[in-house]
Amino acid sequence: MKYRTPLTKARGLGSAKSGTTHWWAQRVTAAALIPLSYWLIKLIDLGASAPYAETQAWLAAPLNTVGVLAFIAAAFYHAGLGLRVVIEDYVGREGCKIVSIWLVNLIFALLTLTALSAVFRTIQVG
Amino acid sequence: MSAQQQRPLSPHLQVYKLPLTGILSITHRMTGVLLSLGLLYIVYLLSALASGPEAYASVQAFAASWWMRLLSWGFIYALFFHLCHGVRHLIWDAGQGFELETLNRYAWIELAASLVLTLVSFVLLSAD
Repeated sequence: MKYRTPLTKARGLGSAKSGTTHWWAQRVTAAALIPLSYWLIKLIDLGASAPYAETQAWLAAPLNTVGVLAFIAAAFYHAGLGLRVVIEDYVGREGCKIVSIWLVNLIFALLTLTALSAVFRTIQVG
Repeated sequence: MSAQQQRPLSPHLQVYKLPLTGILSITHRMTGVLLSLGLLYIVYLLSALASGPEAYASVQAFAASWWMRLLSWGFIYALFFHLCHGVRHLIWDAGQGFELETLNRYAWIELAASLVLTLVSFVLLSAD
């Protein structure tokens, strides 16, 4: 008598919430960040030694603009996902845990926007 | 409650000497947190660049100090370590490399690879 749909079996077992989304996003951004690390290291190096005009021109080159933008998007997302796991592992109290994760996500969202807008403002110069 | 005392103990940090793989595992997590903090510097650098030459010059004065140079190379080493161990996680996710012998061999490979990658970037960036 197989009149039951799969849904009836799943009901009452609790929410799957976001399922494997977090895990999968962590891996996808990790793989993306392997090549994107080039732009991070280059940016740190230029920032330490190159004059303003050189760094500005480097960032304004289309490939570098996209590389840095992609790095920012992937890195901040990856960092937020990672810090979430760390918080979930070490913060015991449920309320503290939820608030900390929210706080980290909020701060990282703001930092992402700040960094992205800084890139756009820089490439408009000249 | 003698039955309770017989229960197996989890490998508690105070009584359990971490094997190399365990040390690398916690280092992966620590470098992850430190790299996240390091992203603040990237935001600072980009914001200064966007604000113009003067702000950029002040960041450079800050970045030129010997301890900031040391810190940024430490950051790059942490990046490569996290990258190498991350690649191993991707290999694990593919369901491979769980044998004890492979684990220990990969541990040394990733330690060496992260050092070599840091040195190579140092040489390449110092050259130009």
